[in-house]
Amino acid sequence: MTTDKRSSIEAVVGALRDGMTIGIGGWGSRRKPMAVVRAIARSGLKDLTIASYGGPDVGLLCAAGKVKRVIFGFVTLDSIPLDPHFQKAREEGAVEATEMDEGMFYLSLLAASWRVPFLPTRAGLGSDVMRVNPGLKTVRNPYGDDELVAVPALKLDAAIVHMNRADAGGNAQFLGPDIYFDDLFLSAASGSRVVSCERIADDLLKEGSFHTLRINRSMVDAVVEAPGGALPTSCEPDYAVGDLKAYVSDPYAGGTA
Amino acid sequence: MSDATRAEVCVVACADAWRGDGAMLASAFGFIPTIGARLAKATFEQDLLISDGEALLVSNALALGSTDKTIEGWIPFRSVFDTVWSGRRHVMMGATQIDARGNQNISAIGDHAKPSKQLIGVRGAPGNTVNHATSYWIPRHVTRAFVEKVDMVCGVGTDRGAADLRRVVTNLCVLDFEGPGAAMRLRSIHPGVAVDDVIENTGFALDVPPDVPTSREPTADELRLIREVLDPRSLRNTEVKS
Repeated sequence: MTTDKRSSIEAVVGALRDGMTIGIGGWGSRRKPMAVVRAIARSGLKDLTIASYGGPDVGLLCAAGKVKRVIFGFVTLDSIPLDPHFQKAREEGAVEATEMDEGMFYLSLLAASWRVPFLPTRAGLGSDVMRVNPGLKTVRNPYGDDELVAVPALKLDAAIVHMNRADAGGNAQFLGPDIYFDDLFLSAASGSRVVSCERIADDLLKEGSFHTLRINRSMVDAVVEAPGGALPTSCEPDYAVGDLKAYVSDPYAGGTA
Repeated sequence: MSDATRAEVCVVACADAWRGDGAMLASAFGFIPTIGARLAKATFEQDLLISDGEALLVSNALALGSTDKTIEGWIPFRSVFDTVWSGRRHVMMGATQIDARGNQNISAIGDHAKPSKQLIGVRGAPGNTVNHATSYWIPRHVTRAFVEKVDMVCGVGTDRGAADLRRVVTNLCVLDFEGPGAAMRLRSIHPGVAVDDVIENTGFALDVPPDVPTSREPTADELRLIREVLDPRSLRNTEVKS
């Protein structure tokens, strides 16, 4: 028998600490672990650094005053281009910003998951991403004479993703069109690697093909069953995007929990 | 004389941006560029690859908002970056601000540490512009958008190492970067627009050739495709009034 990693939202949020850097999976209005995010918003946690392909997860945590810094390439609700809660926090100067190209963000997670200090890319060269992130350095090509951005590894203290299915051991499954970067968020985290899911299933191969099993149990510490746990974001094919207008009026609204 | 609307002239101006690209991923933001990319694929540039905006490559002439997709490939976001970095892509992005060298801002207005207006974020603009062909679609050509200096350089311009800036299509005109020093140049004005209209609504000194041609009108077949196949709900008119 493999270890049973089933847990509760209260327990996984209870294991988080003030000041942690937390990666949140999904993409904009798609497959965000909102049930866990709402529990963080209602917790006593503070001074968090949130790394996300941002959607209502970022907006809610900003509105709840949980966030010291946001690491992002964008924050959007897609059908509603701008998240008013994130905008308010930024325009009031309430949160610090580490803003980078969304491809740089991918490489920062990949570098952390591969345990290398940086990965090189052209993305960012010539742009003000270099100006607003003065710590960001370039590296000379050791085989030529061009200069590339050295995207530093983004080491996470915790990672939270929402999947369609998981088993009790922590193997997790996406049944929609895209895993986004959820596997990399989990791989970039040193602990508190949380998968919430629509349903815990005994036999994932009855749910979808083996191609959907990109997250294995070595990448996961806790599994939480949270039906509707992505709302108001989508969780295809289980459900489409929910009531984002309700979220715009009240950042805690639009979900089931 | 065609009865094409301004929005429809803009659609074919966008479509023409992809002319000659062949088997490249054509990515578009906004209704009119999306119709334009699909029109190009349906007519003169049939090898283009078109995504549904999620994770699928779609080969049929897909109407805006339709789910009637003929799927020819799978391109989740991670594969999009593979394509971006390979160079096999031509994107048409929006711009809240753009300058004479094509530097673009979609991140924030004012001081980045405490912006007066937070926008969507740099997204993929820095990586796109140094890796592959980039064009822009600006549905309201106003001085607030065409500025001397952008507040945050997201997409890089011709003076900052852009790989291949092609076109800027607006509700008034088509621009390119063939002016002196790879500066923005007025390429054509849409039917009914005067050169002075463009100059007055541009916040920097635009390169204006002595003879500015008129943007081409859609052909009868293009008009039919736009109106009956690609945009039967006329969403194009919500971006550019006709």
